[in-house]
This record gives sequence, C-alpha cells and structure tokens, in this order.
Amino acid sequence: MLETIWFILWGILWAVYFMLDGFDLGLGSLLPVLAKNENERRIVYNAMGPFWDGNEVWLITAGGATFAAFPVAYAVMFNGLYSALLLLLFALIFRGVTFEFRGKVESQGWKSFWDLCLVLGSFLPALLLGVAFANIFQGLPIDAEGVFHGGIFTLLNPYGLAGGVLFVLLFMVHGSLWLAVKSEGAIHERAGAMAAKLWPVLLVVAVLFLAYTYGATRLFENYFSTPILFVIPAVAVAALLMQRVFMGQKAWWKAWFASSLTIVGVTLFGVAGLFPAMLPSSIDPAYSVTAFNAASSPLTLKIMLGVALVMVPIVIGYQTWVYIFLRGKVTKKDLAYEEAY
Amino acid sequence: MDVVMLSRLQFAAASMFHFLFVPLTLGLSILTAIYETKYVKTGDPDYKRAAKFWGKLFLINFALGVVTGITLEFQFGTNWSRYSKYVGDIFGSILAIEATLAFYLESVFIGVWIFTWDKVKPKTHAFFIWIIAIASNVSALWILIANAWMQKPVGYVLRNGRAELDDFIAVVTSKFAVLEFLHTVSGAYILSGFFVMGVSAWHLLRKNDVQFFRKSFRVAATFALVFALFEVFNGHLSGSEVAETQPTKLAAMESHWETAKNVPMYLFAIPDPEKERNSVEFFPIPGALSMLAFHDFSAEVKGLKDFPVDERPPVSITYWSFRIMVGLGFFFALVSLLAWVKRKEPDANPALLRLLIYSIPLPYIALEAGWIVAEVGRQPWIVYGLMKTSDAVSTLATSQVTLSLAAFVVVYSILGIIDFYLLSKYARKGPHPA
Repeated sequence: MLETIWFILWGILWAVYFMLDGFDLGLGSLLPVLAKNENERRIVYNAMGPFWDGNEVWLITAGGATFAAFPVAYAVMFNGLYSALLLLLFALIFRGVTFEFRGKVESQGWKSFWDLCLVLGSFLPALLLGVAFANIFQGLPIDAEGVFHGGIFTLLNPYGLAGGVLFVLLFMVHGSLWLAVKSEGAIHERAGAMAAKLWPVLLVVAVLFLAYTYGATRLFENYFSTPILFVIPAVAVAALLMQRVFMGQKAWWKAWFASSLTIVGVTLFGVAGLFPAMLPSSIDPAYSVTAFNAASSPLTLKIMLGVALVMVPIVIGYQTWVYIFLRGKVTKKDLAYEEAY
Repeated sequence: MDVVMLSRLQFAAASMFHFLFVPLTLGLSILTAIYETKYVKTGDPDYKRAAKFWGKLFLINFALGVVTGITLEFQFGTNWSRYSKYVGDIFGSILAIEATLAFYLESVFIGVWIFTWDKVKPKTHAFFIWIIAIASNVSALWILIANAWMQKPVGYVLRNGRAELDDFIAVVTSKFAVLEFLHTVSGAYILSGFFVMGVSAWHLLRKNDVQFFRKSFRVAATFALVFALFEVFNGHLSGSEVAETQPTKLAAMESHWETAKNVPMYLFAIPDPEKERNSVEFFPIPGALSMLAFHDFSAEVKGLKDFPVDERPPVSITYWSFRIMVGLGFFFALVSLLAWVKRKEPDANPALLRLLIYSIPLPYIALEAGWIVAEVGRQPWIVYGLMKTSDAVSTLATSQVTLSLAAFVVVYSILGIIDFYLLSKYARKGPHPA
C-alpha cells in the first residue's frame, strides 16, 4: 500500500516537474525564433527569471524522492543512463548560470554565447527527458542484477526519439503560451502565432505517439484491465484540444493551463501504464524494477509520506502565491530594474 | 586507473568545486539580510545599498552553488549506485527532506527577492532575504546530517541486504551531525566575514565610498570574530568526537603510528607512510594528543599500526590538510580580533586592510582542507565501518568515467574562472551611487 502511494507520488512529482520546467525549457529553446532584438531577448529572460529556479527544484525533488522511496530504481536508472544523465546535467548547469552571467558583461559576443547556452541548455534537457521516459515506457535492457546492457545509442531508438520529439513540442507550445501570457506588443503576437503554428504539429505527433505506444510498449495492458484509467489519456487529449480553442479566443492564461494539463496528462498516462514497474526490463519482465522490489523500508516510506503530506502542500502554496504575485506582464519598466536579467 | 579511483576523483572534484560556492552563499545571505534589516530599522540608505551590493555578489555566487549541487545528487546514482541501493533508505530520505524543507524555499524566494524591491514594503522585502538565508542554512543542516551519517552511521539495522532506517530521531539528532553542522557553517560564516572585510578593505584603501564600506566592514568584523572564536572551541569538540568515533581518521590527522598512553602532539612532523613512521618529529608537547582527544593526559590513543593496512586512510593528505585547517583557524581568530578592535575606523590601518585583502582566499583553503580531512580521512570507508568505497561504485566502463571526469574538470574550470572573474569585477565596481 505504502509502495503504491509512493508510486503515485513519484508519478505526480515528475508530472509537476514537466509542467513547470516545461514552459521555461520550451521558451529557452525558442529564444532565437521568438526574440528578434536585445530588448525582446531580455523580455524572454525576465519572463522566466523569477520562476525557473523554483521550477527546477521539482527535478531535484523527483530525483530525491526516487532515491528515498525507491533506492533500487534510482541506482539502476542513474547508473544505466549514465551518459545521457551527465549530458542532461551539463546542459542544466550551463543553462542555470546563463541567467546570472549573461547580463553581467556588456559585450555582444558574451551575450550571444550565453544565449546559445540557454538554447542548448533548454533544448537538450527537453529532448533527453523525452527520450529517457519513452525508453522507460518501452523497457530498458536491464538484467537480473539491474545492470543496464547498452549505451547512450541504445536509447536513440525510434520510439525513444519519438518521445523526445513529443516532449520538445509539448514544451515549445507550453513556452510560447507562457511568453504570450507574459509579454505585450510584437513579441506577444509572435509568441501567440508560434503556439498556433506548433500546435497542429504537436497534435499529429501526439496521436502518432499514442498509436506507436500501443505497438511498442505494454502500457495499454493496465488500461485494458482497468478501463477507468482511460480517463487520464482522455483528459490529456481533451486538454490538448482545448488549447486550440483558447488560443483562438486569445485567452492565453487558459491556453497555458490547458497546456499544463496536457503535460500532466501525458506523463501520468505513461506512469499509470507502467505500474507497478518503474523500469521495465526488455530482456525479461521478471527482471523489471518495480515499486515493490525497489522500495525503501516501511518506516522510511512512512516518515517520507508524513514529510510529503505536510511540506508539498506548503510548497505548492507559496509557489502558487509567487506565480500569482508576479503575474503581470514583463514590460520595459521591469527591464530597467538593476536586478533584472 | 580503475572506476573506483576515477569515480572518487570525480566526486572529489564535484564536491570540492561545489564547496567553493556554498560557504559564501551561507554567510553572505545572512550578512545581506542583516544589512537589509538595518536599513528597515534605521532608514539609512547606505544599508539598502549594502543589501543590494552584497546581495548581487551573493547571487553571482549562488548560481554556481545551485547547479553544482544538482550534480552531487545525481552522482550518488550515476557513480555510486551500489552505495545508493545499500543506504538509500536513510541517506536518500535525508536528501529528499532537504529538498522539500529548504531547497524549494530558497529557490522560489530568490526570484521574489530579486524582482520585488519596488513592489513590496521594505519590511516585507527584508523578510524575503531572511527566508532565503534561513533556508540556505537549513539546507546545509540536512546535507550535513546526511554526511554525518556516513561518518558515524546511527539509527539503522542491517536487513534485506542493506542498511534500513530504524530510528529516525537518532539519525537527525546525531552528535556527530550537530558538531559537523556547527563546524562547517561557522567556517562558512568566517569565510563570508573575511570576504566582506577583504572587499571593503580594497575600497577603503582607495578611499572609495568610505562611509559605506566602514559600515559594511563593521558588521562583517563582528560576524567573523564571533564565529572565528566559536570555531576554535567547536573545532576542539569535533576533534574529540572524531577521536571517539573514527580512530583511524584521528590517527591519520596526527600521523600517529604506535598505540600508546600519554601521547604527545608534535608541532611539526613529516609522515612517512611507506615506513609506517614519521621521518621528522619536532617540538613534542607531552600528553597533548591524549588530552585533546580524550580530555585526559594519560589516555591511550590508538596508532595506525593497530589497524590493517587496507583500513587506513591516506595519511599524508589527511595529516597536511588537518594542519592547514587548524593553522588557518587560529590565524582567522587572531586577524578577526584585530579587525574587530579597529572596526570603527578600519581605514586608519592600511597594513591591516592589505592583510585582509590577501586573506580573502585563505578561508576557502581552510574549508577545502577541512573537507579533505573529513572525506579522505574516512577512507577506505564510504560509510565508516559499514561499507567500503570500493564496494559502493557503479557498474561502469572506465572510458565512461574518464570521459565524464575530463568533462567535469574542463567545464568546472571554465565556469569557476568566469564566476570569480564576475565576482571580482562587481566587487571592484562597488555599490550603486547613493
């Protein structure tokens, strides 16, 4: 029971991470397309400025919770995906310091270099996380000892890459919508247009991915044995369609929320299909790392659950407050602040 | 080199690099909060400028602290997966608690603090920086609880082939953890005090903004003095705790080979681990090691020869790092006392100011040396007495770790240089004109 609860929490942590960091990763990837001059680039930076750091902590927590609640899954996953994870890490490192470093030296070359770091540091994590999760959905070549048989290129199989493309598109739409929410004038128009342009592509890829999932993974087994679970993909699809409706109405906040819901739905769709496996083995299902054979002791799970039940709502509370408090658009006036990026 | 040694080097690089940035974060956040509070209380615009100026240096530094911290969490899984499996039940949960309790707070409120100078009342804004300062330090507390557990495992049972949590309270109230926390954060506060004094000294020598830097200096001198004195005292307690719980580390710290009673401490010695003795020993203080370790001049202190060769830590590294740390510790106490005495008009003492400028790097060296004592001194154990480092490593190809280690060294060097360049650039630039 405790294991099941933690499995659900594990899925939710990842879903929230993708939902929050998703928009700033997507927006970072699109920087050169969305911003045409220095002023607009700074608007993009400051649209993410107060939020990206808090968003990224959800990744630390998702990782930390995996470590705490399912140490075996943590060990197998991080050991097996070594090269991919280090690549992700370096991308996040360069991206993280970009915010602080970019504006600190008045030189075009300096700024362009950090812009490049932002773009790569946003695009690579989006892609790699998608590739990693799709591979997990599909199953990893892990043996009875939890040893991963393969390298980074094992992960770059067609289904894995499809997952990468899906994540990149989800995040790019999400990021464009966020910029539409946070900006005005020409860049606002461009952001809205970008979301509208990417949306049909996302729709096609999402449909293909869903169909591909049916063939390439065993995720649907859970759905057929417990049909109520179909609610999750249904919500994801409905939210995806609603995005288009809200975009048409130029209701950007609503469109962004719909996009958030889409991302949560897509993630939970995968997680619910996996249960009870966390890292299914493609060699033999019996070697799979599951919520039950990877879990911590009941005492640890109980203490961690107590901490999570108290702290996570508090975290969500103050983080939501910050989003609401700083909800206004980024304007020229904001860029004049000494502290602005 | 094998995967174990490469992974060790990688972890050493990652953690020591991380710790170039964390200490300043811990202390400068508090100093910034103090300056901003003084502004709220006195309305003196110099203190607002101080909060902004030191806050900016804090932020430049904070960025690298955060991104390199993520690396460390990742590395337990990537490079030490067998360790993660074995102790995840306890160690992993402490890291996760750290994130939910502290890391969110500081990361979320950093953004708020940066962007709300003109949006909220000064009092509320000062409250934000206190949240950040407290959260950073609470974060350090949990990380050090996790490290202390590796130094002195408590509150666990061996079950199902791993260390499982048995007594959570014992883990979080471990005496080792309390001492390690006090010792480490005091070191961080000393570093931050010396940083602020050193930068202020640079400007005071040039007569830049004298009133402003006097005020900054005064607060930092008091801050540094309090913690430098406290550090001497709690350093001694930490040493006794090590003597009790980690006899091999103590013996390596002192390069003490033969088990004996009434053991002297040598003010100068050169260890010769090959021959299991010291090639040079000068200035013995009779009974001092027994006294310092066990509060008893006649107490027996175990020597390295009493332990199997494969359970002894690298002696020379531990010994010299310990000497550097302790020597610098006394230096900080002395210099901060001097600075405190002259705090009213530090600009009247150019020699002291110059000394303070050259002292800026020293606390960094002391803190890194301290970590070497703690971590290298614990070898060959990853969890003292429970799990050897060589049994903790992941299943990886040597080429994978070689490549990643090289990447870490290159990337970290570049980022470190840029960061210190920016810190010094903005430190020299001084605060915004009033």
